[in-house]
Formats: sequence, C-alpha cells, structure tokens
Amino acid sequence: MTTISDPPRGSFNLSMLFNDTRYRSYTFQALALLALIVSFSYLGSNLAQNLREAGLNISYEFLGNPAGYDINQQPIPYNSQDTHLRASVVGAMNTLIVAFLACVTATVFGVIAGVLRLSNNWIVAKLMSVYVEIFRNIPVLIWLIIIFTITANIFPNISDYRGEDPERSLILGSMAFTNQGVFVPALIFESGGWAVFGVFVASVFGVFMVRRHARLKLFNEGKVVPILWPSLAVLILPTVIAYYALGRPIALDMPEMGRFRFEGGLQLRTSFIALWFALAIYTGAFIAENVRAGILAVSKGQTEAAAALGLRPRRIMNLVILPQALRVIIPPLISQYLNITKNSSLAIAVGYMDLTGTLGGITLNQTGRAIECVLLLMLFYLTFSLSIAAIMNVYNNKMKLKER
Amino acid sequence: MSETHAHTVAFVRETQLPQMDPPPGETGAVKWVRENLFSGWFNTIMTVISLYVIYRLAAGIFPWIVNGVWTADSIRECRTLIGDSGGGCFAVISERWQQMLFGFQYPSEQYWRPTVAFILLFVAVAPVLFTHLPRKLLIFTGIYPFLAFWLIWGGSILVPVLAAVGLIVGFLVFKWFERISFSAGLGTALLATILTWWIGGFITSAASGLLALEPVASRDMGGFMLNMILGTICVSLSLPIGIMLALGRQSHLPIVKWICVVFIEFVRGVPLITLLFVANVVLAYFFPPGTALDLILRVIIMITMFSSAYIAEVIRGALAALPRGQYEAADSLGLDYAQSMRLIILPQALKISIPGIVNVAVGLFKDTTLVSVISMFDLVGMIRGPILSSTDWAGVYWELWAFAAGLFFVVCYGISQYSQWLERKLQTGHR
Repeated sequence: MTTISDPPRGSFNLSMLFNDTRYRSYTFQALALLALIVSFSYLGSNLAQNLREAGLNISYEFLGNPAGYDINQQPIPYNSQDTHLRASVVGAMNTLIVAFLACVTATVFGVIAGVLRLSNNWIVAKLMSVYVEIFRNIPVLIWLIIIFTITANIFPNISDYRGEDPERSLILGSMAFTNQGVFVPALIFESGGWAVFGVFVASVFGVFMVRRHARLKLFNEGKVVPILWPSLAVLILPTVIAYYALGRPIALDMPEMGRFRFEGGLQLRTSFIALWFALAIYTGAFIAENVRAGILAVSKGQTEAAAALGLRPRRIMNLVILPQALRVIIPPLISQYLNITKNSSLAIAVGYMDLTGTLGGITLNQTGRAIECVLLLMLFYLTFSLSIAAIMNVYNNKMKLKER
Repeated sequence: MSETHAHTVAFVRETQLPQMDPPPGETGAVKWVRENLFSGWFNTIMTVISLYVIYRLAAGIFPWIVNGVWTADSIRECRTLIGDSGGGCFAVISERWQQMLFGFQYPSEQYWRPTVAFILLFVAVAPVLFTHLPRKLLIFTGIYPFLAFWLIWGGSILVPVLAAVGLIVGFLVFKWFERISFSAGLGTALLATILTWWIGGFITSAASGLLALEPVASRDMGGFMLNMILGTICVSLSLPIGIMLALGRQSHLPIVKWICVVFIEFVRGVPLITLLFVANVVLAYFFPPGTALDLILRVIIMITMFSSAYIAEVIRGALAALPRGQYEAADSLGLDYAQSMRLIILPQALKISIPGIVNVAVGLFKDTTLVSVISMFDLVGMIRGPILSSTDWAGVYWELWAFAAGLFFVVCYGISQYSQWLERKLQTGHR
C-alpha cells in the first residue's frame, strides 16, 4: 500500500487570493458575484424607493380589468369589454400570424432571388443584386412606411367599386385591392369542415412519409421510386374525396359590394398588408444572400463527381447539391425567421395591433403599468426566441457532419 | 497527289486558305448576348420580363426626376408648377433639408459644428479602417471623441479636455503599476482617473467660459445627425463591452460565464423596440430618485447593451475559430490570462471578426431609426412628424422617403462595400 501525501502546504496569506492560480479563480468569481448582487440590490432599492415615492406598486391585477379598446383584427372573438389579458392574447396571436406569413413569403422571395442571382442570365442576375443591395441597406422601418403609404394612397378608393356601373370590378370576381385593405374570400367551416382540414393536414404528413419511403428505397435497395405523382396524389386525392363525401362542408364567402362597404369576405387591413409585405421583402433580401452563400459553399467538385457517376442534372441537384447546401442555409435562415418575429414589433409604427401594439401600446398607456407591461412583452419574445433556439440546437446536432 | 486522283478529282487546292474571322454570331457582343441572355426559351422569357421591369421602373422614375420642381413654397404651388408632367416635388427637400439633417431645434447658426464633426469623423476612422495609413493618425482618433463632444454639445472646452486628461493620467498610472501586477495597475488607474475628474470638476466650474461654444441640449438633437450620433457612439461603446462579454462567455469561471450567457441571450431574444420602451418608460425607475437622465442618454445605454450582445457573439465566433494551439502556445510561453489575451488571442480574433462587426454596425445604424417610435425626432421621426404634418408639405411622400432611403443607402452600402473589400484582403492574406 502506498499513500500519496498532500502537496506541501505553505503558510496561507491574503495575497495568494490574487496571485495563486489555485485560489485566484474563486476570488474573481466571488468578486463578480458580489458585484452582481450589489448592483442588483442597488437598482432594486432605487426601484422600490421610486415606486414608493410615486405611490405605485408592482401588480398584475390590471390584466383582469376590462380593456376598453377595440382591436381591428381578431383571430379569436374579442370586444372592448374583454380583459387586458385577452387583448394581449389577441395581440400575441396577431404577432404570430404576421410573423408566420412573412416567414413563408420571405423564404419564397429569398430563394427565388438567391438562385436567380447565380443565374447565367446577366440582366436577371444584376436585377437581383440590385434588389438585394437596395433592400438590405435601407432600414426596414423606412420600407414599412413606404409600403404602408403605397397601400394607403395608391390603391384605389373603395368608392370606385360602388354604384351601378363601378369604375373597377373585383379581380376574378373575388378580390379587391382598396385603400382600406385587400378583400379576399373567406373560408367558412360548416360541421365536418374541420374533418376535411384534418384530412388535409394528415395528407401533408403522408407526403413526407412517401418521400421518406422513396429515399430509404433508394439508399437501401438502389431503386429509384417516382416521387412527384404519388406525392401529389397523396396530397390532393384524400382531401377532395373527404370534401365531397362529407357534403362540401367548406364554403367560400365572397366579398360583395354592399351599399357603402364590402360585405362578407375577409378584410386584410392596410397595416397588416404593409407589415407582412415589408417584412417579407426586406428579410427576403437577407435570405437571398444566405441561399446564395449556401449554394456557393458546395464545391464544384461535388457537381462534377456526381456528373461523372452518371447522375442527371435534376438528380445532382436533389441528391448531391441540395442536401449539402441546406446544411449551410438552414441555421442562418432560422435566425432570419427570429429576426422577422422580432421586427414584427415595428407594427406599432403603422398601427397593426400585434402584442407590442396592445400590451406594449394601448394597455401600457391606459393603465400606466410600464414595468409590468414591458416585462411581459419581453418575456413573450424571449420565450419564443429561446424555444426556437432550442429546437435549432437539436436540429444542428442531428445535421452535424459526422466525421470519423 | 496520286495519279488516279489527278483523273477523278477536278481541282485540288495546293495552298492553305487564309484564316477567316469566326461567323458574326460567334464573336463579341452578339455572342455574349446570345450566351448570356437568350441561351434557351426559359432564359429568353426571363430576359424579356427583366427588360420589361427595368422599362417600367425607368418610365416611372425618369420623368419624376427630370420634371421635378426644386423651388416652391408649398405642395400646392408645386402641383401647379408640375402640371401633368409626372415630376416630383423636390422643393420640399431644398426647403427642409436642414431640418432633416439636424432636427428642428438645433440652432441654425451653429450647423457648422456638427458638419465639421461629421467630416472629422472620416479622418478619425480612416486609420482604423485602412492599415496602410500612417499610424500617427491614431492619435487623432483618440482625440476625436472629446473634440466631437465639444463641437456637437458645445460648452467650455475644459470639460472634454479634463475628461481626456483623466483618462491619460489613469493610463500612465496603469503603465507604472502594471509592473507589480495587472490588477494593481487597474485599481490604481481607476482611482487616479476618478481623482483627476474630481479635481477637474472644480476647475471647470471655476473657468466655465473658457473657449466656450454655445451649449446645445441633448433634446435639441435631431434628424440624420441623431442617427449618426446614436450609431457612432453606441458602436464604439459596445466594442469594448462586447469583447469583455465574449471573453466572459468563453471563460472557465462558471459564475462569470453564466452572467455573460444570461445577458447575451436575454438581449438577443427581445426586439430592440422593447429595449427602447425600457429606456423611455422604465429605466428612470432604476436610477436614484432625483436623477433626471436625458432620454438620449437612456437610449444610448439601451442601444449599447443591445449591440454589445450582438458584437459579443461575433467575437465569440472568432475566438472559437482560432486554433487551440494559439491558446496553448500563449500558455507555454508563461503569459498570464491578461497578457495572452492582449498579445496573442485578441489581435487575431479581432482581425477575423471585423467583417462580422461591420455587419452588426450596419444593422445597428439602420435600427437607430426605431427611436422615432418612442417619439424622438430622428430622420424618420422628422419626416413623419414636423414635415409631413405641416400644412405646407402634407402629402409629399415619395420625395421625402426617397431622400431618407438615399441617405441610409449611401452610408450602409459604403460600409458594406468596405467590409467586402476587407474580407477579400484578409482572405488573400491567409492563402
């Protein structure tokens, strides 16, 4: 048996707290913690004193009081007698609606512009560079206001659609662009309508299953299974069958010109259209750059190797280029989506009632509960960003190149 | 030629033909057009569509600029002058450009001061951006913040001079005591700086009129000048804070790391507008009762926090990208943490993070327009507020927004071009 003796202990003196590497890290951390506690208690005591002097307190009871203001876009039923809490929920849903639509549209713009920027066609490539540079280098707030001005001033007056012999008629009998917003047909779900919708969602999953099956078949057995027609069939057929089998439970509610305004249909307000389009076209320019960088990141040798193996151009794109480019494109793409969600708070500049407009705007001004409102507002965005970031980490770990 | 051929073939050429030019469709502009614009049906359609788009844009913009009216007193006079020519009413710009650049409260006889500060900004920034300029110019970069403060805010020159003297004294003390240890140097330097400022306070209050410019209050700042001030100050302040945060996040001390991570993730997770709300309505509660901080100062604090979190992430990326051998080499030379960071790690990390930092700076500069939401009169706030709501110019949208967009485009495009140039330069350096 051997025993290992402790290292020789010298006498301990105070300067070792700073000079001895064994203790120094603890000293610094203790100092940092101390500084943190001191500064927080200083800020906290200031806060308490200021609140006491102003006769205020921190309380969230105002969330249960009637809000007393109207919201012009209501995904769930709401009237001015409902509580501030419900107004905030309506606002949060409006935030998510515009953010989701802007993400989808921005991706479409971005992918098109990014791919076309690499096109052989000189004019198209230059035009797309101009789009990207112009939109990237001018603040999104200015774009938002410009597009809002266009929709509010350039779009035809609603009275043009009125009367016996109107100056303008509905586009395809169903859509109208006016300076008070765009009128589109609304979907009306009767009993069984949600079942059809459920079938549609299920068939979207079905498409993924078909593609997965085809990929496994290709990787495991080397058989090429056609994808396009089967997935289209899986996507469309069950929904159509369910639609007719359940007796056409989903109807379209067309907008029609009443005596003074449009009746029926869905009104997309000017502020909503402006915010949606501005976020989409601004972020689209950034996504275009990400897409371009992703495609350029796949080295030319990969294309040539695939071609040497005898793959056709479509297959090269689908099997070799895209999987590698997506690995580069998707992380910055997700952070652009987060940017869209955060930038949607600019809604307050055009009067779209998102969470910043309801909770951080009217509720804050009416109740004077600045600290509580701003805190809740930050908490909402923080929760959203952090949960997306958590999902992203899972994805990144899954997609990480597995080297040796 | 063989005998048999001599009978069957009527003619045999015995000299070589001179080389001919390629067919006209295969050279020069024609070939380029055919290959680049009309190489297939899809390409042709795209070209036609693009040409149509360009034509529509040009047809709209060209008469707007050419037939524009530059001198008029109001939009009504503009409209009568323009008639049906489709021109723009640029008179609003020639009438109100000073308000858009300097805000509506900055005294107009003092406009030269921010202008000089703006021009000197280029001189101060040049040696940082272009490494081949003489290094002595960096002295001016060091002086510039104090000079710019004096020029823009006015007051006695003693205030910025003594502030600078305090920092210099602190630096000299630091150099002297650094021989003992880094932390001893830092502590004594802090003490010396504060002491100098304290003494300086008496001097400035005794001789407050020395070389005094007319003082301008912070709330009188406005227009594009406000955007420039916010952008420049916040980016320069957030650089050192961002470096500290990045180092903290990379450090092995769990508490320090934890503080930095929470700060960075919190700030990056919320929109800038909510932080501006904090500056506007909440931040005042956290200061001792009786302190009345300017709104502009509170906004600077919040925007600096915001951008330092983003800059910290950029620098963290650069720190992670450095090969581990660099850290180990510094350790094996016997350098302590402060020395190895200052002499080995940070110079390399900062060099590769410059393009990222420039991107953050451009984004931040664009985001300074958001202060118009909390009713500050920056460029956007000036246009939406005093100008568009005046009876003379209500309704002149395009010219004003084009002016604003043009200003931002010139600055941001310029900076991003610099960043791309730098990226190319750094790339060749590594290969």
